[in-house]
Amino acid sequence: MTRKPVIELRDVWKVYQMGEVRVPALRGLNLKIYPKDFVAIIGASGSGKSTLMNMVGSLDVPTKGKVFLDGQDISLMDESTLAQVRGRKIGFVFQQFNLLPNLTAAENVALPMIFQGVPKEERQTRSLELLERVGLLDRATHRPNEMSGGQQQRVAIARALANDPEIILADEPTGNLDSKTGEMVMKLLVNLDKKEGKTLIVITHDKNIAKVAEKRVNLIDGQVSMRG
Amino acid sequence: MFNEYINFSIGSFKHRKMRSFLTVIGIFIGIASVVALLSISQGMQDSIEEQFEQFGTDKIIIMSRAGGFNGPPGLNTIAKIISEDDVDEIRKNKGISKVSYMITRNSIVKFKSETKFLQIWALPADKDSREMIMDMQGFDVADGREIDEDDKYKTVVGSMIRDAIFDKDVDIRNKIEINGKSFEVVGIMAPIGNQADDSSIAIPLDTMRDLFDIDEEVSVIFAQVKEGLDPNEVAEDLEDDLRDFRGEDEDEETFQVMTNEQLQAQVGDIIGLVQAVIIGIAGISLIVGAVGIMNTMYTTVLERTKEIGIMKAIGARNNDVLSIFLIESGLIGLVGGGIGCVLGIIMAIGVEVAIAGSGFIPLKASITPELIGGVLLFSFVVGAVSGVFPAKKASEMNPVDALRHE
Repeated sequence: MTRKPVIELRDVWKVYQMGEVRVPALRGLNLKIYPKDFVAIIGASGSGKSTLMNMVGSLDVPTKGKVFLDGQDISLMDESTLAQVRGRKIGFVFQQFNLLPNLTAAENVALPMIFQGVPKEERQTRSLELLERVGLLDRATHRPNEMSGGQQQRVAIARALANDPEIILADEPTGNLDSKTGEMVMKLLVNLDKKEGKTLIVITHDKNIAKVAEKRVNLIDGQVSMRG
Repeated sequence: MFNEYINFSIGSFKHRKMRSFLTVIGIFIGIASVVALLSISQGMQDSIEEQFEQFGTDKIIIMSRAGGFNGPPGLNTIAKIISEDDVDEIRKNKGISKVSYMITRNSIVKFKSETKFLQIWALPADKDSREMIMDMQGFDVADGREIDEDDKYKTVVGSMIRDAIFDKDVDIRNKIEINGKSFEVVGIMAPIGNQADDSSIAIPLDTMRDLFDIDEEVSVIFAQVKEGLDPNEVAEDLEDDLRDFRGEDEDEETFQVMTNEQLQAQVGDIIGLVQAVIIGIAGISLIVGAVGIMNTMYTTVLERTKEIGIMKAIGARNNDVLSIFLIESGLIGLVGGGIGCVLGIIMAIGVEVAIAGSGFIPLKASITPELIGGVLLFSFVVGAVSGVFPAKKASEMNPVDALRHE
């Protein structure tokens, strides 16, 4: 049985124009991520990690080369379609948590469903279910500034699961947490891969996290050196 | 989906109370003035229309071009006057059933050593002509009696002459001095409701002619159109008659013939012009308010750049972001409109009370649901339109750049 990759990067170049100088962040990068994979993308700062995360998360389009999300070329989609597809297939977890400060935990979790046109009642039920899963049902009406970093990150994970995406893309998810809470958050994420069969992509410079991953992608100067 | 966006906007609005409130001030000042001015001027128009209605749509008014209703004394002698000869000529017209006229002058009036400058008027002595005008103008004698055919130095005074114009009350059998001659008050008119009429003084026609040395001249002629005829057609016919009779050329008439309808339209035009000017001025303040909203929205978009990035990352389309910001700026406009309406209504009622107190003209500020609804809709649109550019800017942000923004 041949598995089809959920995300495939084919000879991807991303070049930034910095004034007069053209700086290549990714240089002919090839990458295939298969369903249910748990992939750690590791690299020093300046290695192109963030740029790669934008490509993998289809937040940005490459200067050259192609990015396929579930077999579809994202450069062929218009912005609105891409946003829709992204909202449905990828759940993001950021280093800064990135919850909306004016919304409660439950509202934050429900937000991605709004953009997919999920009816109100369904949204409410599901957002409470998800908060329960991350152990924060009692914080449903709290706003981000009333929660600790670990709690905020768990809300963010609940939000990432809102539309039941195939892929969870986490960018330094423990970077702003102490080691104990970090561990707990990682466990939550790893369980999503192990128990629910999600594809988990973690971008990190933390060796310990990288160790638990099934596959590691080492990024050096905008190119991949595969190991594992 | 719309509901959620409204909730977002309300949340953001509350989150930035001070700024939102300051922005709202910019709008509600304009809206309050529009509401107040419109409801007052509409009320004024209503009250004028009411007076015209009493006048009757079947009336034609003939005036000298120079003088008008209450032209300055002396001017009529330079321009060609209208006279009793014209009255007789008009009476011959087949479309006319009744003709009457009025002579008016402004004069010094003395009462117990107090001196005022007031309007004096006189009507023809015969009962038919008198009644026609009394009915049209809504004149009615409240105390005492009307002026009689045999009266000479007798007078009927307006209701405000009795108790408002002079320090001491003027009563029946009191003597007042008009243009140097003493008159006995025989009657007092019921209040009409406007200061000009309520402070005027009626005297017999022949006495008027003697007192002010007026020969054949009349100030204004009223003609009633026969039932079933079109007043405008009759008025045109009448104009032709008078032009021939007075030997004048077309377009160079020294008189004018107007139907009530035309006169009303003329007054309506003037009020319309006044309204337009007023709204224009209030409009300037609205533009300033709109720029304020735009400024606030640009700041908000900048402040929330990261939020925009997050929303886009988790699946918001450009249109979603656009709607959220448009609704927010519309909401600022709407809140401003709501507060503005309330303030405007308070202002209008204040003016209404003040005018009622002065007895100038009866005025009821016209505050209709259409006005309120229209103004609220308008303020929402002003808000939304001011938000178009900022919202567009927000919606077109690149998610990667927006996410990186701190």
